[in-house]
Amino acid sequence: MNFLEAKKVIFEYVRRGKDGEVDGFKRAIDEVDLDISQGDFIAILGPNGSGKSTLAKHFNSLLHPTEGTIYVDGCDTTDADKIWDIRKSVGMVFQNPENQMIGTIVEEDVAFAPENIGIDPEEIKQRVRESLVMVEMQDHRKSSPSKLSGGQKQRVAIAGVLAMHPKCIVLDEPTAMLDPEGRREVIRAVRALNDVENITIILITHNMEEAVYADRIYVMKDGRIAMSGTPREIFSRVEELEECRLTVPQVTKLAYELRKGGLDIPSGILTREELCRAICR
Amino acid sequence: MSIIVNHVDHIYNPGTVFEKKALNDVTFSVENGEYIGLVGRTGSGKSTLVTHLNGLMKPTGGGIYYDGVDISSDGYDIKALRGKVGLVFQYPEHQLFEEDVFADVCFGPKNLGLKETEIELRAYEALKAVGIKDEQFYVSPFDLSGGEKRRVAIAGVLAMKPEVLVLDEPCAGLDPAGREEILALADHLHSSLNITVIIVSHSMDDLAEHVERILVMNDGMLVMDAPTRVVFGHRAELEAMGLAVPEVTAILSDLKKAGLPVRDDLITIEEARSEILRVFGK
Repeated sequence: MNFLEAKKVIFEYVRRGKDGEVDGFKRAIDEVDLDISQGDFIAILGPNGSGKSTLAKHFNSLLHPTEGTIYVDGCDTTDADKIWDIRKSVGMVFQNPENQMIGTIVEEDVAFAPENIGIDPEEIKQRVRESLVMVEMQDHRKSSPSKLSGGQKQRVAIAGVLAMHPKCIVLDEPTAMLDPEGRREVIRAVRALNDVENITIILITHNMEEAVYADRIYVMKDGRIAMSGTPREIFSRVEELEECRLTVPQVTKLAYELRKGGLDIPSGILTREELCRAICR
Repeated sequence: MSIIVNHVDHIYNPGTVFEKKALNDVTFSVENGEYIGLVGRTGSGKSTLVTHLNGLMKPTGGGIYYDGVDISSDGYDIKALRGKVGLVFQYPEHQLFEEDVFADVCFGPKNLGLKETEIELRAYEALKAVGIKDEQFYVSPFDLSGGEKRRVAIAGVLAMKPEVLVLDEPCAGLDPAGREEILALADHLHSSLNITVIIVSHSMDDLAEHVERILVMNDGMLVMDAPTRVVFGHRAELEAMGLAVPEVTAILSDLKKAGLPVRDDLITIEEARSEILRVFGK
């Protein structure tokens, strides 16, 4: 069985009127099937309100499907006995790192989760050290989180998740509030965790450039998986993406325009290096 | 309304160990109807600067002048200024609170003590300006999409009839189509209503396609102030500050380095396309 499997998952929110009476149901997730292997780097794209974040909250049992099932690391996410195992193996990182910072210095913050599950203090120290090294924040271990830049805060939040030794990290728009350098730092850290530590990454983003690094992209629309494929496949379907209120990376857009203009450039260009090679060859 | 920011300093917690110079001798002026981008790393002083523009914060040194008058001078009507200089903060939709969209947009002008008909006219015009449809006027703001909520929040500020509008990260968290809608709205406010628009953003690609002039803040200082194209000609300096140039500008400069005789001072996809095709004689 794969690391994460979703089978015909449906999730409905109950809508309530002013007096709390049930007003109807809204289907946020509509028959979603997923099949994600350990070590995959997955990007989930989709317009606002398409169900991306709702789906993500199913991956560590914060929400349970109304219908269908989700298996994480072989456990049904609705199995009450397994819920803590699931939350240990799937960590979440949200848009605003400040919302998940508790400690007054970086080290304390990273130690918070393992302390909560009663891990041996020596072991915690080691985990904190390793986690901070992985996101290249070891030099700031004694700093106050409030003194850090946005990208640094977000990397501390990731280290906090890493200290739980997760098999998978779900990141919900982790760079939306960051400056260009902060974005680069966070994406670099995430890719390294995937490459070096073989941690499964599920990245939800509105930034097409970030999705280029994924092994596979899922595009959500109206609670369904509207498209899935490799970045090269997905980003060659410009019109379908635009119907989903999405776009392609700037590089891909320019390559497409140049090809239309008569230059002999292969389709599916995703990075600056690829485009330069294709033009200068 | 012309703005002059004259040698403005702002020091947080002066005289304590937490003393921090958030603004350091910042000087620039803005003519009526300009379209400006404000960039800088997190913590560079952008938000501190912006909150000075409508008198929410006062400079600890230097002064800010609107139409030649110092806003810190005795008897200056700071309340009237806040109506004229609209600030749209990050995630402004978090400030929506009324039962329906129309009531929410009426909230600001109601506080100005205007007549009922004037308030409603302003709310109507503001909602039309941001492209909200009539049938959405009386729905709960919480039933709208992310992009729509944000446009309603902007309408709330527009209903104050500002002459200057500052948008702090107006596209954060929106899908690409939503980003385009908000930026098209900023274009419209600038070109059709002649409002001075200042956009604070981390997206160089967005700014390249829209604003005419860019201010760059670094460590509390204003380090660049020039037309968009000129600012993006300084790739090395911007990258050293943790910023970036638009993706297409970076591509052109890579091509130039690889020996292709292209200009690298272009900033939009359309410009880059024509330039590369020109070099290949297409």
